[in-house]
Amino acid sequence: MVIRSESGQDQFTLRNRPRSERTIDVGFKLLTIVLASLVAVVLLSIFLTVFNGAQEAMASFGLSFLVTSGWDPVNSQYGAFTAIYGTLVTSLLALLIAVPISLGTAIFITENLIPRNLREVIGMMVELLAAIPSVVLGLWAIFVMEPLLRPFLQFLYQSLGWFPLFSSPPQGPGVAPAVLILVVMILPIMTAISRDALNQVPMELRQGAYGVGSTRWIAIFNVILPAAISSIIGGVMLALGRAMGETMAVTMIIGNSNNFSWSLLAPGNTISAMLANQFGEADGIQVSALLYAALILMVLTFAVNILAQWIVGKFSLKYN
Amino acid sequence: MTFATPALPSRSLHFNPQLKRNRTDKLFTSIAALFSVIAVLPLLLVLVYVLIQGGKLISVSLFTQLPPAPGLEGGGIANAIIGTFVVTLVASLIAIPVGVGGGIFLAEYSSSGWFAQFIRVGNDILAGVPSIICGVFVYSAIVATRLFFGQSYSALAGGIALAVLMLPTVIKTTDEALKLVPQELSWGAIGVGASKFVTITRITLPSAFTPIATGVVLAIARAAGETAPLIFTALFSPFWPEGLLNPIASMSVLIFNFAIMPYEAQNSLAWAASFVLVMLILGANLLARFIRRFASS
Repeated sequence: MVIRSESGQDQFTLRNRPRSERTIDVGFKLLTIVLASLVAVVLLSIFLTVFNGAQEAMASFGLSFLVTSGWDPVNSQYGAFTAIYGTLVTSLLALLIAVPISLGTAIFITENLIPRNLREVIGMMVELLAAIPSVVLGLWAIFVMEPLLRPFLQFLYQSLGWFPLFSSPPQGPGVAPAVLILVVMILPIMTAISRDALNQVPMELRQGAYGVGSTRWIAIFNVILPAAISSIIGGVMLALGRAMGETMAVTMIIGNSNNFSWSLLAPGNTISAMLANQFGEADGIQVSALLYAALILMVLTFAVNILAQWIVGKFSLKYN
Repeated sequence: MTFATPALPSRSLHFNPQLKRNRTDKLFTSIAALFSVIAVLPLLLVLVYVLIQGGKLISVSLFTQLPPAPGLEGGGIANAIIGTFVVTLVASLIAIPVGVGGGIFLAEYSSSGWFAQFIRVGNDILAGVPSIICGVFVYSAIVATRLFFGQSYSALAGGIALAVLMLPTVIKTTDEALKLVPQELSWGAIGVGASKFVTITRITLPSAFTPIATGVVLAIARAAGETAPLIFTALFSPFWPEGLLNPIASMSVLIFNFAIMPYEAQNSLAWAASFVLVMLILGANLLARFIRRFASS
């Protein structure tokens, strides 16, 4: 259709869209739908693969797999308690140490305590720490951190050896060095999330707090931290998920022992370390037992991540 | 009417560092400073050791020779360097198109529909799946079933495992970058008669290029350092790469394997590989920062 003006010249030509253009449009939309669905397909197939593979072990060991600690490929007796305990205890202890450090760092680099340039340098260094591969941290832990740490752990054993958590002599690899390397690994993500959370607290809240005469830290503890707490807790939970699934550095330093011990100085195991060490060479029911353990790990990290998102969505204070 | 003004002692308006609250303030500031030092210390220590231990082995042979047999001296990590590039390239070739495409769907076609929300939640969950589980999945699905031409361990399987790991980051970056592009741009394009496909590929996507590129570079850098998904998919090989369908060496797996060997030569090669890997990854991170700064100025 052609619209003519009074002078008779063509001014505007309305054309129908060619069929090829519409085909391309629809085709492109379908393509992006398929690509987006791949996420769901991959996620579902990860779960189904692990779940299917775990069936055999679930049938033969049942729930007692969770609370027994024997791992005996010769007699095909498997229990994952040592690894589950190791996963929980290393990640929770790492969290306990990392929370105050990362929160302190985040406050230090958001609350105008030092010049802006210095703040940016510290922030950048923490971000770069996140980029160091886990396997390099593991190498560093084996050859540098653990020898440095050993005299201190020896001292802990000699002075507090009566306490179950320190009741065995340190022999090199063990749970305690694994906890420390996990702290290094989760510090950056927790600092980054806490920093973003603190940056989002509106300036008016700070001004109000200072205006009624609070000192800097009174304002931080009573106004700024409470306003940012939900995102910070969300970040802590995300870091917990990371810590539970972290594999390489922990595998290299934890000692991979399936004998259960309360002592933090003794070698231990985590689910991911067990998978990294045994999965490649396993066959028969051992594969199934390992996949059962992998399923437990997946469920744990899944629960923690969902909880993190729920906390952030539910409790975050909304500011314009 | 008169107001009685209380007589304030004038000194109460001056900052008095001896007051209890000012002293606690100072104490907390020092604690926060101490914690920042603790947070930065590991980076410095790791970098210093990697530079010292790995740097002293940097030589031509490191980049041109194969690793020595256990117990022998010398050699290099050439095959592992090539392997890391190959596996990361395969992963990028899979994850970038899929991730950018998926991100386009989320941001441009169905921003708030139930399916898009479902995919977003799924993407967040996939991002939280431990990397070792990706390895286990690809092992069970591809390596154990000998899916590709009857081959078991292969560079291709390793690349796929890394792609699964990269995918959530690429999708999320694309989604968020496209949402930041002003609506007026695409309205303008559609207004002058461009089709949706042309609008997205010629207008929206190019204007979101910088943040997407930054995110993709960071995702690639992270994938290059990953070990857990590779140990039982790409495995390791002491030889030169033999195509995509055979096991291939990579720097990260080399570090893992050689760190726990009781031989001095292997241990120092692990340090050298760490040096190369850390330099590459930090380089990529600085590149991403540079792209961001270059675009914002």
